[in-house]
Amino acid sequence: MPVIEVRDLSRKFGDFTAVNGVSFEVEQGEIIGFLGPNGAGKTTTINMLCTLLKPTGGSASVNGFDVASRQDMVRRSIGLIFQDPTLDERLTGWQNLQFHAMLYDVPAAVFESRAKELLEMVELTDKVKESVKAFSGGMKRRLEIARGLLHHPKVLFLDEPTIGLDPQTRRHIWEYLVKVRDQERLTLFLTTHYMDEAEIADRIAIIDHGDIVALDTPSKLKAMVGGDVVTLCTDDDERAQRVLAGLGVTPTKRDDGLRVEIDHGDRFIPLVLGAMSAATPPVTITSVNLRRPTLEDVFVKLTGRAIRDEEADQMESMRRSRMMRGGGRR
Amino acid sequence: MATNTQPQDITVSRSRLVHELKGVYTIWYRDVLRFVRDRSRIFGSLAQPLLFLFALGFGVGQLGRAGLGGLPPNVPYIVFLYPGILCMTALFTALFSAVSIVWDREFGFLREVLVAPVSRISVALGKVAGGSTIAMIQAALIMLLGPLLGVHYDFVRVVLMLLTLLLLAAVISSLGILIAARQKTMEGFQVIMQFLLLPMLFLSGAFFPLTGGGGTPALILRTVAQINPMTYGVEAMRQIALSGQLPSALFLHSPGVDVLFLLGFFVVFLVPAVLLFSKQD
Repeated sequence: MPVIEVRDLSRKFGDFTAVNGVSFEVEQGEIIGFLGPNGAGKTTTINMLCTLLKPTGGSASVNGFDVASRQDMVRRSIGLIFQDPTLDERLTGWQNLQFHAMLYDVPAAVFESRAKELLEMVELTDKVKESVKAFSGGMKRRLEIARGLLHHPKVLFLDEPTIGLDPQTRRHIWEYLVKVRDQERLTLFLTTHYMDEAEIADRIAIIDHGDIVALDTPSKLKAMVGGDVVTLCTDDDERAQRVLAGLGVTPTKRDDGLRVEIDHGDRFIPLVLGAMSAATPPVTITSVNLRRPTLEDVFVKLTGRAIRDEEADQMESMRRSRMMRGGGRR
Repeated sequence: MATNTQPQDITVSRSRLVHELKGVYTIWYRDVLRFVRDRSRIFGSLAQPLLFLFALGFGVGQLGRAGLGGLPPNVPYIVFLYPGILCMTALFTALFSAVSIVWDREFGFLREVLVAPVSRISVALGKVAGGSTIAMIQAALIMLLGPLLGVHYDFVRVVLMLLTLLLLAAVISSLGILIAARQKTMEGFQVIMQFLLLPMLFLSGAFFPLTGGGGTPALILRTVAQINPMTYGVEAMRQIALSGQLPSALFLHSPGVDVLFLLGFFVVFLVPAVLLFSKQD
């Protein structure tokens, strides 16, 4: 039986449809990733599955419990790691764990051993008596992971879990998460807009404007983009496009140049170079880039747009400064 | 790693009520723990009531008896003021503590609580309990000054004073939760605080008797004060702390009636506060 079952789930805010009738299933022990730009409906979907938001249509169940009618049981079945830290900074790491155990009715005897085991895993054993205020961003995240697992959830939801962390810390966090999945047959449900991170998922749902536009394994998704991706920068894109049309390919114009999806890109490039210099007058090519398709390319192919990383970075710095202000105010 | 020590198996059979009470206790415990751990905040928030007590107490006290109609000659103004300052401390602490729920919502921690298997009714009740307890402790620290000012304490009086502070703080905390329940951001929030906190303080009789003076302004003041829960807290506190020292003509109601009013305010604020807070988006 799937651990998450979603049927035509939707959520409207007034006239705005944030999630537009999505359906999918997730198996026990699977890592599923939701990939999409900000505002695509990733967080809204997670919030509905976590009982923080009521669906306005359709149904969903987690661990066999309906998210609308069996909220209490759903909550016992899940752990959550939000975009922003939800630790109490005034308390110590251990007190934060203790608080969680009290809310989830974990018996004191079970709590002690479970907490120690998890702290060992996230390598915070010797820091746990310190006030969380003194923790780095990565340490806070690790403590949250330990906390989220304290009550043996069936599904761990992670909403942009590595946002605002440096690349090394991000890699570390994923190592822990994969380890937990392997050890406890836990289901991980994650959202991210970091393409490289989405690759750890067994299956990825690409979500745009509240719809799931594709749901498959990363390799199958990438196979949707034919062959290689060649990106050309020229001094005259308009004429270059005509030249490429003469070669039988239709490029898409992007911020970083003209993009062509083609099999055997390595053999295609000399052809292009030849055709460009044969044109009258010749089109000058300033740079050529050849690479294997990424999930970003899949997203572009499916939606016609890029998951704009600048936009994401902007959101991130906004969030970080907001958190800092919040921290100062406490 | 153990996969089958499922804590939920144990708890499902436990009575729901016990679980929810534990939830209330947990929320309360966190607030109190935070308070106790933060010494700078405890001492920092003593500064304001002390400032009011000494600046007003000695400053206004100098004006002489003529300006303070109705006060017996053997009761200095600072002694009259003192119960009002105790209530002020409870007012500030309880209101700020209750509205900290908005911060928690904005900056994270509340979400950890809201996805926990504890009903929101329990969360709201725990918050009211926590805010009230902290406010009472904070005001109790000011109570230590009483003997220095010549206020006589005995066991019963101290207990009654603490209970009054607790009840007043519970009223104010409920009001704070009521305001904060649907508030999503800190904006607009400062405005509410300014339009609520200061009027509640100044229109409560904490600094002067409400019974003094005739004429329209005094009548307006008296009328407005009667819809202010703080008024009843101040009256009850003053009559308990200084019983026998002040004529009953200085008060609108007897302490028993004041307490009944406070209980009424408590219900009127708490019920909608809990309902509003429990409403899911």
